[in-house]
Amino acid sequence: MTSSRVRIRFSKHGKVRFTSHRDVARIWERALRRARVGVAYSAGFNPRPKIAFGLALSTGYSSDAEYLDVELDPDREAGVDAENLVAALTASLPAGMTALAAAGLAGGEPSLQHAVTSCTWRIDAAGADAVEASEALERALARSELLVQRERKGRLDTDDIRPAVLAAEVQGDITDGVRLIAELGTKPRAVRPPELLASLDPPLSILRAHRLHQWIATDGLQRREPLAVAELSVAGAGVAP
Amino acid sequence: MTNLWHRLEPLLPQVSKPARYIGGEHGMQTPVHGTGIVSWLLTYPDTYEIGLPNQGLQILYEILNERPDAAAERAYAPWVDLEAQMRAEGLPLFSVDTHRPAALFDVIAFNLSAELTYTNVLNCIDLAGVPVHSRLRHEADPLVGAGGHCTYNPEPLADFVDFVVLGDGEEAVGDITEVLRDWKTSGRGGGRSGVLRALARVPGVYVPSMYEPVYDRGRLAAVEPRHPDVPAVVEKRTVADLADWPYPKRQLVPLTEVVHDRLNVEVFRGCTRGCRFCQAGMITRPVRERPAEQVRTMVSEGLRRTGYDEVALTSLSTADFSGIEQVVASTVDDSGCGQVSVSLPSLRVDAFTVGIAAQIQRARRTGLTFAPEAGTWRMRQVINKLITEDDLYTAVESAYSQGWRRMKLYFLTGLPTETDEDTLGIADLARNCVALGRGHVRSPSVTVSVGGFVPKPFTPFQWFGQNTTVELRRKIGLLRDGVRRAKGVQLKWHDAAASLAEGLASRGDRRLGPVIEHVWRHGGTFQEWSEHFDLQRWQAATDACGIDIDSWVHRHRTFDEVLPWDHLSAGLHKDFLWQDWRDALDEVGLEDCRWTPCYDCGACTGYGIEHVVASAVPPAGGSQGTGMDTSRGAAVPVRLTERGLVGVAP
Repeated sequence: MTSSRVRIRFSKHGKVRFTSHRDVARIWERALRRARVGVAYSAGFNPRPKIAFGLALSTGYSSDAEYLDVELDPDREAGVDAENLVAALTASLPAGMTALAAAGLAGGEPSLQHAVTSCTWRIDAAGADAVEASEALERALARSELLVQRERKGRLDTDDIRPAVLAAEVQGDITDGVRLIAELGTKPRAVRPPELLASLDPPLSILRAHRLHQWIATDGLQRREPLAVAELSVAGAGVAP
Repeated sequence: MTNLWHRLEPLLPQVSKPARYIGGEHGMQTPVHGTGIVSWLLTYPDTYEIGLPNQGLQILYEILNERPDAAAERAYAPWVDLEAQMRAEGLPLFSVDTHRPAALFDVIAFNLSAELTYTNVLNCIDLAGVPVHSRLRHEADPLVGAGGHCTYNPEPLADFVDFVVLGDGEEAVGDITEVLRDWKTSGRGGGRSGVLRALARVPGVYVPSMYEPVYDRGRLAAVEPRHPDVPAVVEKRTVADLADWPYPKRQLVPLTEVVHDRLNVEVFRGCTRGCRFCQAGMITRPVRERPAEQVRTMVSEGLRRTGYDEVALTSLSTADFSGIEQVVASTVDDSGCGQVSVSLPSLRVDAFTVGIAAQIQRARRTGLTFAPEAGTWRMRQVINKLITEDDLYTAVESAYSQGWRRMKLYFLTGLPTETDEDTLGIADLARNCVALGRGHVRSPSVTVSVGGFVPKPFTPFQWFGQNTTVELRRKIGLLRDGVRRAKGVQLKWHDAAASLAEGLASRGDRRLGPVIEHVWRHGGTFQEWSEHFDLQRWQAATDACGIDIDSWVHRHRTFDEVLPWDHLSAGLHKDFLWQDWRDALDEVGLEDCRWTPCYDCGACTGYGIEHVVASAVPPAGGSQGTGMDTSRGAAVPVRLTERGLVGVAP
C-alpha cells in the first residue's frame, strides 16, 4: 500500500439523481462492501466506515464531478486490485452512477470539504431566451454586489454572492429555456445555481443543474480538480500495493 | 405509451423524497411483457419506505419473474404531494421498475398487511384508472387481487377486489398465472366472469363475486357460493417445506431509506406458542423451519450480494429456531466483509434470549425489546403468553448486567377479562424492571409501549367485544397515573381511535365496503399515519351507511353466530378456537404443540402436513411459555421430519 486513503470521482445521471446526499452515502457504503474494498472503520461503540464526501449535490441535480475519500484498512486491504477498482466500483453502483477515476492520496491532503473552492455548473433555466439572459447576466456581473435571501437555521439572511460568482456566461438557447455555464465559489458558503438565477433582473427559474467540475484553488490564479478524469490511467497506480 | 418516466420526471423536483419513485434498486428486474405472458403489478398500499422491505412481495416478485409465462413489477402508494400532482397532470399509477402504467398489467395484486391501508387500496385502483368497484370493470381492465394476513377476512373489500389468495403465495401465484395465461391465449373465452369462475376453482383462491351474502334481521346468515363448481369453503394454501423456497434470493437493496433496511432471512414460518390474541400465530401454522445450513447460506450469500452490514433472522419468535445459537455464532464469525450485526426482531422473554443478544450485539448495546403483552400472570394465562414474572426479571437483569441501559416493553390493553389490577400490573412490572436496572447501570430506563387490543379473525378472541375508545383511554389514563412518579419509566400508547377503525375493518362483513369507500372519497387515505387519521371521517361514514359501530366492534359474539369469514378456512377447527376461548376465560393455558402431543387445532391434520422442526426439545432457559422451568428433562416426543436433528440446544 502506498496510501491508506483513496479519492474516487464519480458521476450521477438519470433517475438516480433523485437520491439525496444521505442516500448517496449509503449507496457508497454498500457498493464498497459489494466490491470487497476493505474500508477502515472508526473505533468505539458505533463503528462507522471511514468515508468522507465532498460538497453535497442537491437532490435532482446531475454531475460529472462528485468525490469521496475512502480510508482503507491496512489489514484487510490486500484484496483490492487497484487496477480494477474503478471498474469494480462501477459494477457495484446503481445504474446512473459511474466511478470515473480513483487515486491514492498523499498523507497531508486536506479533506474535500476544506479543499474545494469552486464548482463549474451547467444550468438550464426558464424565463428568458439567450439574448435576454445574456443581458441580465451582464448587468448582474457589472454590479458591485448581488444580494440574495438565504435561509439559515430558520432565519432569513441577506448575503452578497457577487464575490463568489467567479464566471458566468450564456451558452445558448435550449428547447425549454436557456443554458448557462457558471463557476460559483464555495467559500464561505457555496452559491447554489438557483441563487445565481434569483439574483438576476429579471430573475430566471431553474430547470436543471449539472455539476461539471469541482475546483481547488492552489494559489491566487491556479486551480486544479481534486481528481482530473484525464488522470484515469495513472490513477490506479496510486493505490497499487 | 408504456413508459411514463418522461411525464413523471418533471414532477419529481417538486415532491418530498423523490427517490421512492425511481426504482433502480440493486436486484430490480425489468421483465419483458408480451402476449402469452401474464403481467403482475405487485402493489403495497402504503409508502415505498414501508412497502419496499415487505418480504412477501419480494418473494412473489422473484418467483413470478423466474417463470417464462409471467412478468412482475412493483408499485407503492404515492405520497399525498405526488398524488395531487399526478391527478392534476392525469398521470396514472405506475410501476417503479419500468414506469409502466398500472392499467397495462393483467393483475394488480395488493399486499394486505394492515386494515388501515384499505382506503389506500381503493385510491391505488382509482389512480390506476381502473373502476374501484369490481362489478364495473371491463374485460380489458386488470384483475385486482390481494394476499397477506388481512385476507382472512376480505369481506370489507369484497366489492373492490376480484380475487383473494389465502395463505402462502409461493405456489398459488403460479397456479393463478397458468389460469390467466390459458385464458389470454385462448382469446379470453368466457370473458371476465369466465376467468373469475376458473380462478375460484384454484385452491386457496377466493373470488368474492362468486359468493352471495345472506342476511337475516340485520345479521349475516351465510355467504353462499353462486355456482355448484365454486367451493363452499375456501381453504388456505400452505407451503409444506420452506427448504423448497429459498427466497428472496436477490433481496432488493433500496437507493433511499426504508424501514427494516437490512438483509432479512426468514428462519421459520408459523408459530405454535399459541398466544390467543395473535392472528399471525394462528393462521400461519404449522411451524416450518428452514434448515440451518440453508439459513447460513442465505445469510452469507445475501450479505455478499447486497452489501448490507446487518442481517435480521426473521420469524414470529426467532429464539425458538432449533440451533439458533450455532447459526448466530457462524454468522458473526463468518461475515467476512467487515462489521456485520445480526438482529432478532422478535425476542423471547428469557435470559437465554438475552445471551444470544449479547453474542450478536458485541458493540452498541443500547436497547432491548421484550413483549410480555400483559401486566399480571392471571392476564398472561388468559392470553396464553405464559411468561412468569421471573422470566421477565431474569431477562431484564441479565440485559442490564451485560451493559444494556434501555428496555422497551410491549403490552396490550383492552384484553378479555382485563381488570384495572391487570392494567396497573403493567406499571408495576415497569417499575420493578427499573429497580433491577439500578443495581447495574446509573440511569436505567424502561419504555412501556401500550397498544389497544383489536380482536382478529381466526383467533380464539374473534368472539370478543373490543373495548370502547372511552374504555381504552380510561385504561391508558390509569397507566399514566400509575407511572407518573416512577422515575425511569416512559409510557407510549397507540391512538385508541385508530384501534376503533381497525376493529371495524377487522371483523366487518361486506356492508363495510361503502364505509371504506366513503372514508376514501372524503380524503381518508394513509390512515396508518396519525397525521392523516381522523376518527370523525369514519364516524361520518358509518352514520352515512347506517352502520352501528357498537354492534360491529364492541359486541361479544356467540358461538352460533355466523362470522363473516366462516366460508374461509385457515385450517383451524372452529371447535378448537371456541374451546381455546373458553379456556382463556377460565385462565387455562395451552402448551406449544411443537414439543408436546398434538391437540388437533386442524392446521396440520386438515392439510396432511406437519411441523418441520429440527430439535425434539424446546430451547433452554426460562419457562419456555409453560410457566414452569422446562429446561431440565423437558424431552417430549415430537414427530420429526426426515431432516432429523441439526443441532439440539443444550
